[in-house]
Amino acid sequence: MKIRHSLTGNEAMAEAMRQINPDVVAAYPITPQTEIVQLFSNSVADGKVNTEFVTVESEHSAMSATIGASAAGARAMTATSANGLAYMWEVVYIAASMRLPIVMPVVNRALSGPINIHCDHSDTMGARDSGWIQIYSENSQEAYDNLIQAMRVAEHSEIQLPVMVCMDGFIISHGMEVIEMEDDDTVRKFIGEHKANYSLLDVKNPITMGPLDLQDFYFEHKKQQAEAMKNSAAVIRDVAKEWEKLTGRSYDMIEEYRMEDAEIAIVAIGSATGTAKVVIDGLREKGVKAGLVKIRVFRPFPKEEIAKALANTKAVAIMDRAESFADFGGPLFRDIRASLYDHDVRPKMVSYVYGLGGRDVMPEDIASVYADLERLVKGEQLPMLNHLGVRE
Amino acid sequence: MAVNLKALSAKEPALSAGHRACAGCAAPIVVRQVLMASDKPVVVGSATGCLEVTTSIYPYTAWNVNFIHNAFENSAATISGVEAAFESLKKQGKIDDDINFVAFGGDGGTYDIGFQSLSGAMERGHNMLYVCYDNGAYMNTGIQRSSATPQGANTTTTPAGKVSTGKKQYRKDLAEIMASHHIPYVAQASVSNYRDLIEKAQKAFSIKGPKFLNVLSPCRLGWGFNPENTVDLAQMMVDSCFWPLFEVENGVWKLTYKPKNKPNIEEWMKLQARFKHLFRGEEGKAVIAAAQEEVDKRWEQILARCGETM
Repeated sequence: MKIRHSLTGNEAMAEAMRQINPDVVAAYPITPQTEIVQLFSNSVADGKVNTEFVTVESEHSAMSATIGASAAGARAMTATSANGLAYMWEVVYIAASMRLPIVMPVVNRALSGPINIHCDHSDTMGARDSGWIQIYSENSQEAYDNLIQAMRVAEHSEIQLPVMVCMDGFIISHGMEVIEMEDDDTVRKFIGEHKANYSLLDVKNPITMGPLDLQDFYFEHKKQQAEAMKNSAAVIRDVAKEWEKLTGRSYDMIEEYRMEDAEIAIVAIGSATGTAKVVIDGLREKGVKAGLVKIRVFRPFPKEEIAKALANTKAVAIMDRAESFADFGGPLFRDIRASLYDHDVRPKMVSYVYGLGGRDVMPEDIASVYADLERLVKGEQLPMLNHLGVRE
Repeated sequence: MAVNLKALSAKEPALSAGHRACAGCAAPIVVRQVLMASDKPVVVGSATGCLEVTTSIYPYTAWNVNFIHNAFENSAATISGVEAAFESLKKQGKIDDDINFVAFGGDGGTYDIGFQSLSGAMERGHNMLYVCYDNGAYMNTGIQRSSATPQGANTTTTPAGKVSTGKKQYRKDLAEIMASHHIPYVAQASVSNYRDLIEKAQKAFSIKGPKFLNVLSPCRLGWGFNPENTVDLAQMMVDSCFWPLFEVENGVWKLTYKPKNKPNIEEWMKLQARFKHLFRGEEGKAVIAAAQEEVDKRWEQILARCGETM
């Protein structure tokens, strides 16, 4: 049964967590994630979940305790933002290396400094090589759907990798939208019972977790981790198909919007893609063949899908909501350029770093990017690296 | 609580022989004695450090019980998560066993980098025992000073030199800080007084809630003494009142060992290479005297807290 609710992104995430009913949540408050933790603790206080809620003294301990709980065979979750993610950095890598199916909402916020509480992707982009699957959301509906699907992906017996489910701070986390929720039973049936491959609480079959792993085996274990990440793409697609059958809401690694005959395209992540869709509709009415590729899954990186989607375009703008101080665009820009390297026909490609520290990206900003792409198609020279909407 | 050594020695040890700790290392002795005291299955966590690297080199393990190592500073937080999982699954009827949860850390992983994690876990009231094996420096990385290092010790980051007499500060009193958390049980023990150590571990396991045990654990490499002298050396340190044996049960302080003779700390300092430089001149003498004064002052404080007189 579907239920329609007006919810903020944080409320949607907290509701999804209540429905998931994890055995353990260990979390620490940080803006703009705080509300998720508060709302979830209400569910704990009212006995709506079986969760042991561990109110840790830091994000480092949040992830450490979540790792302990997950290693003990529990379905374990935490949630964070920005500096909180940075503070747990060390153990974020360990969670993935221990192959623990932890699911963590991350409410994207600019990483300090200077300190800023608003949206950009500098926090999770920094964690892109940590071995976590990363799924990004365009709106509250997607945040809800992604969080539930993430559980299945993480716990898949062949995958056993942690998943970050990301949504834009404030823009989504505090923006109210009408979303469709499934009822508790449907969600609980969909995610099923958690059966850990190993558990520290299985006292009859003792195991050693997190041993010292030196030159003779470390590399093999890293290769296995890379294989699991590679194999997760198929599982992400399968789980999405199953979710679609149940809910009618479809998901894939990427979403193509009006790309069938697009000559110019933007590739972006998160809430800005919703804005881009509105701009595209306007441009299409004027006969401009504009399109959008939205990245839903950033890790594993959907290189083939992206290359295929962009194959017939003439010019593409890659929009990164993170600066990586490489003087070579943001992380998405570089990954996409590399994805097209082996293709004979390659569109012109430019980088736009945008929206840092919560700087609004308005429809006219997006329109200006498409205008740039049109000029590029006409043969005009444009700089490869751009910062959109910044005062010079 | 009576300690039946014969019965205990017949138990299968949680930590098996074949681990790679140095000959004369006190840490594995402490671990085995503490875990021997549990009459329930145990799940063990360890901070990064000597204990972890010498007992779990993949694909081998010296652990006969469930063991987890996560990182350096989070042994307490990690075990708190394991314990939370147990509480949740037990309540849901998904698990039947009763289990004791134990986190180990060296002094670096406990007094310093893991201090916040420890304080948080104890304050939250998890049903777990934290055991610090205190060897007074970062031994695993090569003998760097920690806040547990005794005053005057030569370490690789407080080396004795032309203008240095080793570590300047006296050690942090962690047991006292943990007692200030007002948790049900805090105790200080030593590898030398094994009956006292096992009794304290037994008591800790019998109490629900957070427990903390600080155990003197000589390091033959970092301190510079012969491996056969581990226990004797620890005994001298206990007798000198540098390392008093006490417990704080529900806020009540109790001395569990009163030495018959109280040797000066100089007696055990001269047996350890890390204090060698203090015996070469007037400056060293002054450091020893200052450290002795601090030991005496703190011993008086402990006596007062425990309602004892010497």
